[in-house]
Amino acid sequence: MDQVGSLNALNTGIMDGTTTNYNTREALLKLFDERIAGYALNDSPELTAMRREAIAGFASAGFPHTKMEKWRNTDLTRVLNHDFKFPEAPVMAEVDLEEIFRCEVPGFDTHMIAQLNGWFIERGAGLSQAAQGVVVCSMAEAFEKYPDIIASHYGKYAPVKENSLSALNTAFAQDGVFVFVPDNVEVNEIVQIVNLVHSADPVFVQPRNLVILGKNSSLRLVHCDDSVDDQVGFINAVSEIVLSENARLDHYKLQNKNDRSALVNNVFFHLEAGANLSTNAISLNGGLIRNEVYVRLNGRGSHADILGVYLMDRDQHIDNQVFVDHAVPDCTSNELFKGILDDQASGVFNGHILVRKDAQRTNAYQNNKNILISDKAVIDTKPFLEIYADDVKCSHGATVGQLDSEAMFYLRSRGISADNARMLLMYAFAAEIVNKISIPQLKQRIDDLVKKRLRGELSICDQCVLHCNSREQKVSFEIDMSKI
Amino acid sequence: MEKDPNNILDEVTQGEYKYGFYTDIEMETAPRGLSEDTIRFISAKKNEPEWLLEFRLNAYRKWLGMTEPTWAHLHHPPINYQDIIYYAAPKKKKELASLDEVDPELIETFNKLGISLEEQKRLTGVAVDAVIDSVSVKTTFSETLEKQGIIFCSFSEAVQKVPELVKQYMGTVVPSDDNYFAALNSAVFSDGSFCYIPKGVRCPIELSTYFRINAANTGQFERTLIIGDEGSYVSYMEGCTAPMRDENQLHAAIVEIIALKDAEVKYSTVQNWYPGNKQGEGGIYNFVTKRGICKGNNSKISWTQVETGSAITWKYPSVVLMGDHSVGEFYSVAVTNNYQQADTGSKMIHLGKNTKSTIISKGISAGYSNNSYRGLVKMTKRAENARNFSQCDSLLLGDRCGAHTFPYIKTENKTSIVEHEATTSKISDDQLFYCNQRGIGTESAIGLIVNGYAREVLKQLPMEFAVEAQKLLSISLEGSVG
Repeated sequence: MDQVGSLNALNTGIMDGTTTNYNTREALLKLFDERIAGYALNDSPELTAMRREAIAGFASAGFPHTKMEKWRNTDLTRVLNHDFKFPEAPVMAEVDLEEIFRCEVPGFDTHMIAQLNGWFIERGAGLSQAAQGVVVCSMAEAFEKYPDIIASHYGKYAPVKENSLSALNTAFAQDGVFVFVPDNVEVNEIVQIVNLVHSADPVFVQPRNLVILGKNSSLRLVHCDDSVDDQVGFINAVSEIVLSENARLDHYKLQNKNDRSALVNNVFFHLEAGANLSTNAISLNGGLIRNEVYVRLNGRGSHADILGVYLMDRDQHIDNQVFVDHAVPDCTSNELFKGILDDQASGVFNGHILVRKDAQRTNAYQNNKNILISDKAVIDTKPFLEIYADDVKCSHGATVGQLDSEAMFYLRSRGISADNARMLLMYAFAAEIVNKISIPQLKQRIDDLVKKRLRGELSICDQCVLHCNSREQKVSFEIDMSKI
Repeated sequence: MEKDPNNILDEVTQGEYKYGFYTDIEMETAPRGLSEDTIRFISAKKNEPEWLLEFRLNAYRKWLGMTEPTWAHLHHPPINYQDIIYYAAPKKKKELASLDEVDPELIETFNKLGISLEEQKRLTGVAVDAVIDSVSVKTTFSETLEKQGIIFCSFSEAVQKVPELVKQYMGTVVPSDDNYFAALNSAVFSDGSFCYIPKGVRCPIELSTYFRINAANTGQFERTLIIGDEGSYVSYMEGCTAPMRDENQLHAAIVEIIALKDAEVKYSTVQNWYPGNKQGEGGIYNFVTKRGICKGNNSKISWTQVETGSAITWKYPSVVLMGDHSVGEFYSVAVTNNYQQADTGSKMIHLGKNTKSTIISKGISAGYSNNSYRGLVKMTKRAENARNFSQCDSLLLGDRCGAHTFPYIKTENKTSIVEHEATTSKISDDQLFYCNQRGIGTESAIGLIVNGYAREVLKQLPMEFAVEAQKLLSISLEGSVG
């Protein structure tokens, strides 16, 4: 990668750890001024202009704070107060990916791409369908090889004004994953992006992904966010995903981060006529996770399923923000988010369905269900409808409660212990989302993880970066009916 | 012949505002604009004690440091607070002892509005406090009520008669710096109603306040304080109208309700301020802070509102459920038509154990209007086994209007249960077809469906109001479904 040289230069200056609290807006602006000349050497003039516009957007808005409506329940200050560094590109020869990470999904045959500290890592085998024009490469490479695609899509969906973190990403983004599927191609292999953070220092990472699906194409994409150590980190990711006419995308986000990390994941979906999106966010662990999903239904007959499940405990914080924009008539969307919160964990759900004028015959559904296990857990939910067309069917619901006492009684009356009964009910609660996973191995794995999580094992073992229990043998996670 | 459904929709939505007349009464007004002098003027006019003037000035100073809220889904040109007359009162020569002494013009005005100030209407069994512009002109039945120890009078009268009660409770539910409009009201409030129900008394008749804005360029800032002492019960109703004018008039009121142990207060509103004309000109800006506190155990506060008027409605009747086992209810029908905008809903703050709240909100939007439900349900740590059910439905009549739902839910304990559901749709063709094929014309079918839709709320209203509300609903929506 030819950017490595310039990157070494980037890793100097105020990132040296000499400044404390570098996260201030001013420090970042200063950093940008120092670096933009270096960026411009590799960037197209359009990209440089875009970066400048983005930094201006960030400059005027600053970091999101709790006085902002969309951020009132998520306080970033607790994760921003670190002496972050922008990591440099890893030297390929020195990276042994197997050493730091190995996919935990047994029998999960995927085309795996790794991102280390935001940087794309070249892996041995290429995609088998490369001959059909399917491209999976680094953003840096895409800028060089596919300038036309970049020019028409890059930065076209992620706003640089209203969303200051997305703007910050646009201003500083150096690398990420680029996926292109040509018209009429169905990708057989599952593409798996593993986003890893592994660094001795606290890092501030700005991964940037672009996924383009041509007409009538289809893709299955699994996006994993993992920590491989217990270091503090802030990932500010932006993905732009375009579904052309009648394209199909099956998208999964798996989040299993350490408690000291922060992850803000902005995903912008753009759907043309007849496109079909299914996106599923599974958040198992993480100090602070914020998923912002923007779905623009831009062509008639497009459909989006937006699902999510979150199981949080200790001091963890999960925030799901979903914005569904029904811009044209005859589109449908379906949102379902379920969560279980224990200990002092806090959860936020903020769903927003916008039905624009004349987007008639829209059918939109939104639901958020939560279970609080402890008295210290907090949930804020706001399912929000904004509707400007009359021939619509929109409904939403939100519930917060505890496990159904009658169901508990039923199970207890059949001799199931209180603990087991509680677990069964929680498992059943989460299963509604897990069962919708269409990739069998992944479903099995998530199912196992959920069970483990509910038994409290996940927080002890999988939180541990050694992965000692999942290295070699597959552990049986079945509910042992004989014990029940 | 079957009419084109679209025309029917237009007709339904184009009923005229029939309370738009203006009565020429000799008025006494404060000079335009707001300053400490205005406040001193109002206070002096009402012969208020020093502490009340201090309360006003304090609120005014806080107001100066505040900014108008912009979070609501409302759009209006900036309000020039210096262009408003903050005090306007029908000139009265002396204390009124009997109805005969009330200006006949005034009685005529209220008769036109269908509000009986006359004792002979005793049969209706409603005690009325009539507030015109800023001042209470007449309270009926106060003597009857006095026998039971019930105090029902104008706010300024209460300040003179029972200052200790006013001082004890005023501003405890809605503090003077609660929000921008509450601060403004606290600084310049002119009059309003005061009601105290003593221990164990069940108020035998419905109490009612009728608000009328009459003078031009004035703002109306009334303040209502209702105290239900232990074990008491009262049902309170409020109605309002205003003349048709091209300019917008400001109405910023405060209602405070205190329910002590085992008390029950039921507050019903039929809000029919002038909504502006079909082009969206004129109309009342209605910025109201209404809040009740269930202070004692087993107390109950119930809000019922039918909102059909006002160019802009900004109103969130709330209940703070402090006592254990207390109950809060909110029933609302909000109708917006033409260019009206409503941002209304409720807040239920659960503090006590086993507290229960219900929110039923029905929004109907037609024409170019925007109708938003905005609500908060908060279960605090202490609120064990608290329960909330919220349902807010929106009905869209026409393809140029908007219906929005902003429910906030915050839960901080594991034993409470919160349920929220909402739907937005138009009147379905199936329902219309069903009515049509049984020989019910489209127009009546629409009326039927809308009334059925709002029924859950309307049935909560006292009988006297339910009839008026149903009529209002059909007038507001005359001709509006397609």
